[in-house]
Amino acid sequence: MPEPILQLHGLDAHYGDFQALYGVDMKVMEGEVLAIIGSNGAGKTTLMRSITGLLSNGPAQIKYRGVDISAQRADEIAVQGLAMVPEGRQLFPSLSVRENLMIGAQVGRKGPWDLDAVYKLFPILEERKDQQSTSLSGGQQQMVAIGRALMANPDLILFDEISLGLAPIIIKDIYEALPGIIGEGMSAIIVEQDISKALSVSSRVYCLQEGRVSLEGASDTVSREDISRAYFGIE
Amino acid sequence: MDWLNAIVQGTLLGGLYALFAAGLSLIFGVMRLVNIAHGDMIILAAYLGLTVTTATGLHPLLALVLVVPTMGVIGYVLQRGLLNQTLGDDLLPPLLVTFGLSVIIQNGLLEVYSADPQKMDAGALETASVAVGGLNLGVLPVLTFAVAVAVIWGLQWTFYHTALGRAFRAVSDNQDIAQLMGLNRRHIFGVAMALALGVTAIAGILLGIRTSFDPSIGGGRLIFGFEAVIIGGLGNLWGTLVGGVILGVAQTVGAKIDPGWQILSGHLAFLLILAIRPNGLFPRIS
Amino acid sequence: MTLQDYNVTRSSNAARVAAILGALILITLVAAPWWAGRADMRLMGELFLYLALASLWNLMAGYAGLVSVGQQAFVGFGGYMLFALTMFAGLHPIAAIAGAGVLGALISVPVAVLIFRLRGAYFAIGTWVIAEVFRLGFAQISSLGGGSGSSLPVAIVKSLASKRAMRESISYWLALGAAVIVISAVYLFLRSRKGLALTAIRDNELAAGSLGIDIWRTKFIVYVVTSALTAMIGALIFLQKLRISPDAAFSVNDWTAFVIFIVVIGGIGTIEGPIIGTLVFFALRETLADLGTIYLIVLGVVAIVMMLKAPKGIWGLIRSRFDLQLFPLGYRVITPGKTDKS
Repeated sequence: MPEPILQLHGLDAHYGDFQALYGVDMKVMEGEVLAIIGSNGAGKTTLMRSITGLLSNGPAQIKYRGVDISAQRADEIAVQGLAMVPEGRQLFPSLSVRENLMIGAQVGRKGPWDLDAVYKLFPILEERKDQQSTSLSGGQQQMVAIGRALMANPDLILFDEISLGLAPIIIKDIYEALPGIIGEGMSAIIVEQDISKALSVSSRVYCLQEGRVSLEGASDTVSREDISRAYFGIE
Repeated sequence: MDWLNAIVQGTLLGGLYALFAAGLSLIFGVMRLVNIAHGDMIILAAYLGLTVTTATGLHPLLALVLVVPTMGVIGYVLQRGLLNQTLGDDLLPPLLVTFGLSVIIQNGLLEVYSADPQKMDAGALETASVAVGGLNLGVLPVLTFAVAVAVIWGLQWTFYHTALGRAFRAVSDNQDIAQLMGLNRRHIFGVAMALALGVTAIAGILLGIRTSFDPSIGGGRLIFGFEAVIIGGLGNLWGTLVGGVILGVAQTVGAKIDPGWQILSGHLAFLLILAIRPNGLFPRIS
Repeated sequence: MTLQDYNVTRSSNAARVAAILGALILITLVAAPWWAGRADMRLMGELFLYLALASLWNLMAGYAGLVSVGQQAFVGFGGYMLFALTMFAGLHPIAAIAGAGVLGALISVPVAVLIFRLRGAYFAIGTWVIAEVFRLGFAQISSLGGGSGSSLPVAIVKSLASKRAMRESISYWLALGAAVIVISAVYLFLRSRKGLALTAIRDNELAAGSLGIDIWRTKFIVYVVTSALTAMIGALIFLQKLRISPDAAFSVNDWTAFVIFIVVIGGIGTIEGPIIGTLVFFALRETLADLGTIYLIVLGVVAIVMMLKAPKGIWGLIRSRFDLQLFPLGYRVITPGKTDKS
């Protein structure tokens, strides 16, 4: 019986007076790939910010490997093996490609991923390693962002909207590379607006709507109708 | 030859100003903090040096071994205990808190050391000079300039070739994402302030050997450092050295015209550059 | 409950009571020469001038986001203009005060054009550089006494009034008038369209820019007006002191540090804050000034603690507790049945 690596219990999130998440319950099992879908403003990115500790949380709302991490800082959580590929890539503009990757390894966790492994996965990055990250194409930047997260050798990796703003051919490449990336015993959460992409790589799916979980199910059995109802809130 | 001499002396003086500026430039680069108490911290370091030399009989340059780490610790504690609380989008808290610090340090020094001007005794180093092509160069100013070059080279190297420098730049670029990489920005800021005050300690000791000092002169040193930073261009450490040199030369040349014009002509040179190149000569940060 | 049931109003009971009380206090203060001793009048005169300086600094820093640590530039400039205009141009001291204001406005224009190129905290240090340039510049003018300064000739002092008691009363009234004029000007300015634009800039520079508010121009106007008034206050200060020197005229401690403490302690970004801050500052000074440097250290600590724990100052604490506003600036919505809380 696999254990949940991440558990959310009634997670709320606020930006000042505005409440973005309402009582979200969620579970990610060891080795599982979970998809989170939802329209713009449904609370997906807020959820990622809460899990990674960039937003402050109420007590006992987030457990990682059975330990309550709700009150921990983002850097303390990162060290325990939780990494994120953030929305919009968000590379460090004053760091070179290689330095962006190296800073991912700053948490000092051992594992299969190092510079050589990332260069093997994305050979173009080795050619460009001394360039400023801002001089790369969008797809290449996404590779750096993924490589940077892998360098931490995480146990749980979050992908936030990795296809946003990229050409379809590049999205296809990245999604083809995903199984090889996640295959090494990692768990993953994939946040995606492209529903079919999300379903194709995940085993279970959650749908968020206006800050609440509107659907939860196995990726291969949820029906299109259920999804559109959960996605758009149409009865 | 007199004019050439003024320019050479001004250039060497610029090394001291670059040292005043390097700490300011460093903390602005990492955390966008402008420390109004920076000049008073230079003077604090000079007084610490004075205390060490009178208590132990050490040469002022050897006192650096004690004063630099002490200032570093003060910087780290100050940043984590106080200044980190002021950082955010609002400009007022860091500005007014460091302004308050400036008043506290200045009056604390007055209380402990009185308003009498003091000077550190560096023995023969103070008067030693070498003749180079008809010019008489003081060993101390030459040493100061060399130290400035070495410090800026060291900071530059730290910034671009070490894990710490990578962390500085990452936190400066994007604090949130840097946190996701396991970097505790509060600690990184503390280390940056420690490093900045370490440099400040060097500046303070060299100042205290070169001229006499009293608790009230911190504001003036802040202004010289600030002018060097702006002339050189924000975020550019080598630019800061150039800025210091321009300021130093403007002052010595001004003093050559009329002794009363020394400081004033430095300020005027700064305002002139601000008028024609508002971003400084070699800006890195917009 | 329909929308018509709500009332939007600026006035409140507290503001009306404050206006009446304020008028009574003002009348009492105007009559001070008949009830107060010489020492008290001197102290009150100084208090009014600090109140005026603090209100002006607050307008810049608290509303326009222009944090200056160089207001001593205009205090000293105004002081020197009083001396120059009376001694060399033969102006009556009161005309010279007005002249100091005009010249202060004129000199602030090129200064603003230069230092507005600096942002945020660097702007602050830039204002300090300007003050230093003024200090060193005036120290070069030998006809005004150079570095050691000069005294106002007795004939000019006597032209204000021949009797000493009368001179002191006039001095006092001028200081009181200055404080009243400055506070009224700040109040009226903040109620005007320009003032609203200013508040918009403070709250969000980007949004204000997209709303078509010309940020540079608005800040520029505030800077010039503040400089002119600060120069006039400076002239008044040195009319009381009768002696001027570059170090006294351009002292960062006297004309900027104390002023900043007053505003931070009282409450930045409010009209009431500088008034409370000035009272607290003078109360502290009169009780602790014997401690000398310790007093200044205490002041620095209080300002830091205030900035961190109560960034809106004493007035902010009072206002958040009692929902008070003595100078009605903001509009408030009154729900029927729920009368004005204050």
